[in-house]
Amino acid sequence: MIRFAFILAAAVMVSLPARAAVEIQEVTSPGGITAWLVQEDSIPFTALEIRFKGGANVEAPDKRGAVNLMMATLEEGAADLNAQEFAAAREALAASFGFEAWNDSVSISARFLSENRDAAMALLRTAIIDPTFEQSAIDRVREQVLSGLRSDATDPGTIASKTMARLAWGDHPYGSDASGTIETVTALTRDDIVQARRDVLVRDRMFVGAVGDITPEELGVLLDRLLSDLPEEGAPLPVEAQYQQGGGLTVVPFDTPQSVIVFGHDGIDRDDPEFFPAFVANHIFGAGGFSSRLMTEVREKRGLTYGIGTYLATYDFGEAVMGQASTENARVGETVDVVRAEWAKIAQGVTADELEAAKTFLTGAYPLRFDGNGQIAGQLVGMQAQGLPIDYIDTRNDKVNAVTLDDVNQVVKRVYRPEDLHFVIVGQPVGVEPTN
Amino acid sequence: MRRLSRFLSSLALILAPLGAIAASADDTVTTYTLDNGMDVVVIEDPRAPVVVHMVWYKVGAADEPPGASGIAHYLEHLLFKGTDKLAPGEFSQVVADNGGSDNAFTSQDYTAYFQRVASNRLELMMEMESDRMRNLQLDGTDILTERQVVLEERNQRTESDPGALFGEQRNAAQYQNHPYGTPIIGWKHEMASLTLDDALSFYRTYYAPNNAILIVAGDVNPDEVHELAKQYYGVLEPTADLPDRVRPQEPPQLAERRLVFEDPRVAQPYVIRTYLAPERDPGAQEKAAALTLLAEVLGGSSQTSELGRRLQFEEQTALYTSAFYSGTSYDTTTFGWIIVPAPGVTLQQAEDAMDREIAAFLDRGVDAAQLERIKMQLRAAQIYALDSTQGRARNYGVALTSGLTLEDIATWPDLLQAVTAEDIIAAAREVFNRNAAVTGWLTAPETVTEEAIQ
Repeated sequence: MIRFAFILAAAVMVSLPARAAVEIQEVTSPGGITAWLVQEDSIPFTALEIRFKGGANVEAPDKRGAVNLMMATLEEGAADLNAQEFAAAREALAASFGFEAWNDSVSISARFLSENRDAAMALLRTAIIDPTFEQSAIDRVREQVLSGLRSDATDPGTIASKTMARLAWGDHPYGSDASGTIETVTALTRDDIVQARRDVLVRDRMFVGAVGDITPEELGVLLDRLLSDLPEEGAPLPVEAQYQQGGGLTVVPFDTPQSVIVFGHDGIDRDDPEFFPAFVANHIFGAGGFSSRLMTEVREKRGLTYGIGTYLATYDFGEAVMGQASTENARVGETVDVVRAEWAKIAQGVTADELEAAKTFLTGAYPLRFDGNGQIAGQLVGMQAQGLPIDYIDTRNDKVNAVTLDDVNQVVKRVYRPEDLHFVIVGQPVGVEPTN
Repeated sequence: MRRLSRFLSSLALILAPLGAIAASADDTVTTYTLDNGMDVVVIEDPRAPVVVHMVWYKVGAADEPPGASGIAHYLEHLLFKGTDKLAPGEFSQVVADNGGSDNAFTSQDYTAYFQRVASNRLELMMEMESDRMRNLQLDGTDILTERQVVLEERNQRTESDPGALFGEQRNAAQYQNHPYGTPIIGWKHEMASLTLDDALSFYRTYYAPNNAILIVAGDVNPDEVHELAKQYYGVLEPTADLPDRVRPQEPPQLAERRLVFEDPRVAQPYVIRTYLAPERDPGAQEKAAALTLLAEVLGGSSQTSELGRRLQFEEQTALYTSAFYSGTSYDTTTFGWIIVPAPGVTLQQAEDAMDREIAAFLDRGVDAAQLERIKMQLRAAQIYALDSTQGRARNYGVALTSGLTLEDIATWPDLLQAVTAEDIIAAAREVFNRNAAVTGWLTAPETVTEEAIQ
């Protein structure tokens, strides 16, 4: 094949990746709240991200969905404002607030103009510290959540991921959706919502990141006003989840022209000494976009799918390696065969060229994550929640570059085990035999 | 937060967030035109050593020849299949080898290709992107495999989603003559028979410097970008006989269209109505500005908009309501609303409630405090928009390929601020013409609905 002479030269000569232009300072407020701050005053606004470890995973089985419904109702009335008055106040300030719930965490994201900072934070404080949780607000939001759950029940992609989660994790919170079921959400009371807030919005599991037009001193004062009235400790976190599913193939019949295929088995811990080699291996296998092995074999060579990918799922209390693809019902058998063959092949190892290409991509792409105040604020809380040091950004690419071919070819035997691979297929697949 | 997420995702293509509609020209933006007719826009943002490199072609699905629907999008996929100098797949591989990411997208009015890389890799991106503008080399086998891929893309995006199928049917009914009635990805039977010749003839005509806009945004120097652009893009041969961009236009629409789409996979029924509406035209964006504000006043915020307040809060007829309008379009666009009924409310009752509330709003007029809040948010959106380099680049690309000029982009934020309550009501009275409207009900067949309730 003919290549650009120039491209080869450029790839060799300009091999230094861009450095992320991010200077993080640790700020401790007068009241003792710690935050990471990137001061960036070229645009007059600030992005603030607050994450609490422990989310829907603290719920009892019959209260599934309480944390999700609670977070969704926080800004539906607070202090002396009802839901509409609260929204009008927020809109008048042109601030935006986001409240999210997952199994492992809940988060509050805010974006506000410098000129409205004090008023926006005073308003957000009422939602966090003094939400009214009026019954009518809870009921209104509950109906929206239920509508989403009913739609999930007829969506092949959601059916596949929920089925896989149930088979993999059983009764552990990871085995069911953080937004609950129609039965549990219908039965939630106002007391459950109040308790859910008391369980998860707590200071000792809180991580804060701020990026934008704000000084360390201003941030300290802001955080004390915003968060110091939260209780110290919350509900106990769950025990470690046990991965329960063996190798095999499960079919969920569903009338649709294209089957959704989810596949995987248990994975590798984020703190495992071999995590970085595993991360690089998975990039080569299924996370590297158009150049990954699975995209090449399943999409580029055979045209079986629009997209296929794998990821290392690292939860706080369990881990898995998972992948997903969709294909016409008639070609499911062929797709499953190719995935099985590639799973066996990656377990045999990768080549030196593949490793070099993966390292170049991963180290070069890392600085591109730090794009925009909100994005960076999210990265800041992510690093803190994982217990990473404040200089992690400067050392992360060295860790990727330190991975050797032996490291990768050692860990793939552990991370990819074809005999344990389980497929969940939703659709009317042809050419596959269910094992259960 | 999980609230109607599934349902909203099926509408994602038509709901434009408030922040996305304001882009203003400022002193960080520099423009030139190369001798061969290619326009260049440079947006400086030195905050991170990163650059977004985009080439936008002023051609989209609405420019396809009859019978070859999907060719614009299929060709977008084929642009990754190699040139005289690059093997199939090598383009993306080189981008990845340089730590970057790349992709492309197709709409009715444009096709765009972009890479995000460290800013010192810009020249390499220009070398490769300029190469594939004129030197595509396609192999017969590769293109058949890729046709399977786009068919699977259609399966995934459309055939698997009753909301998407419903949208295609409504759109086809909305446009009686204009090609906007044909889906961007193509009708399935026509996609399955697209040929290499279809792709190449479309490519040779439209992929040319005099039909393209280069947008470079990030940590770059405009003079250096200009020199590189001349070196790589400036040498390309323009298409001499580039066709005028004239599509078949709509006749006067004389009869309302109504349709019911039934699918057992529908768990949450809803009603949606769209009206034919004017788009932003060069030098004449006032009506579009008023309609943009109308959408916000009627259905922008669930809590404070006219429809949200009356139907979701007071009357509780609806789980969700929204009004939507995207004025950035080459030809006539649509204004629409949607209502998702609360449990126990029929689609007919929901539609009636919507018509009643809109009529009441037209009598009552615009709430001045609400209008001021919306304008405040639009002003703030201009500040927040500065945070996304890629978003700014995209705003320019969409506007410029929709027939607007830099001047139009620059005046748009002020035009939005100048809209009065009277302008909004006048625009509403003009656009709410039932003879130019399509009303669609999405629902499950009767028996399946019963099962779903149990």
